[in-house]
Amino acid sequence: MKKKQIDERKIIKFSVFVSVILAQPMTFSSAMHIMEGYLPPVWSISWGALCIPFVVAGFFSIKRKIAGNSRMLLLLAMCGAFAFVLSALKLPSVTGSCSHPTGVGLGAVMFGPAATSVLGVIVLLFQAILLAHGGLTTLGANTFSMGIAGPFAAFGIYQLFKKLKAPAAVAVFFAAFIGDLFTYVVTSFQLAAAFPDTVGGVMASAVKFLGVFAVTQLPLAISEGLLTVIVYQGIKKYSRSELDLLKAV
Amino acid sequence: MKLWQKNLLLFILVVVISIVPLFIARGSEFGGADGEAEGLITEINSDYEPWAASWFEPPSGEIESLLFALQAAIGAGVIGFGFGRLSAKHKAGETT
Repeated sequence: MKKKQIDERKIIKFSVFVSVILAQPMTFSSAMHIMEGYLPPVWSISWGALCIPFVVAGFFSIKRKIAGNSRMLLLLAMCGAFAFVLSALKLPSVTGSCSHPTGVGLGAVMFGPAATSVLGVIVLLFQAILLAHGGLTTLGANTFSMGIAGPFAAFGIYQLFKKLKAPAAVAVFFAAFIGDLFTYVVTSFQLAAAFPDTVGGVMASAVKFLGVFAVTQLPLAISEGLLTVIVYQGIKKYSRSELDLLKAV
Repeated sequence: MKLWQKNLLLFILVVVISIVPLFIARGSEFGGADGEAEGLITEINSDYEPWAASWFEPPSGEIESLLFALQAAIGAGVIGFGFGRLSAKHKAGETT
């Protein structure tokens, strides 16, 4: 058991190393899904590289959490399925255009952001390969925004609300709401960093992309928050002991 | 209030939030925000040529919506199956 743990740490460390080496060309310290081919190669590789350690860590996190408990696997599958449903729903927004929620907030709250990054990759791969939505060359950037940045924000907000002794439903709502919005904020900055404005630079460009995404996303983020609460409350009713084990109550 | 009543209320709220934009932004095209971002990229950098294309494009809007519906159906199926299992086990746990 001890030996296995060391191996795990070694693999994660190695993945960080690979990530750092490959992400070297990124000059900007830190790219709805970005479409296939719409991110220059340097950025595609860098974002992809940056995701590697998170996904590797997520893989181990999942392995540990579902070990010896078949209900955990079922719950994880439900979290993945929830992201599947929500990211397939293109909803109309007040700006007169459509976008879709991410659905990763539930996984982030229950299984943590690392495990959720694995779910994010699966959803994004499905959409990139079968739906021509997002893309393989932009998989890294999209995984970073939807599978890593969004879930981390959601997880952080959830922990914060829990510390403030907010009711679980309120904490889950804001976690999913902020996670959804933050995903698109990151997407805007990813696009801005790759396509800086000729006059105003990255920031001016970011404002333009945020103009496209942020307002459109606002009502969808509220919907995502509410839907996440619905499923979370259901799970809490029927599977309280697992949520206690995951420290997600 | 029972859980299903609370959830029904939340669900109705979601439906309302999704319908209201159709009236507020009446006459808009309701295209995808990612398509708008695409336009913005060409506006900022008109020389940019996408360097890769999807290896498979759904041949029509109908096929695309079929695939999206399939994605949602698979997800909803798994969630439904999950809740079925959870509630059955929950009940079994109560009786023993």
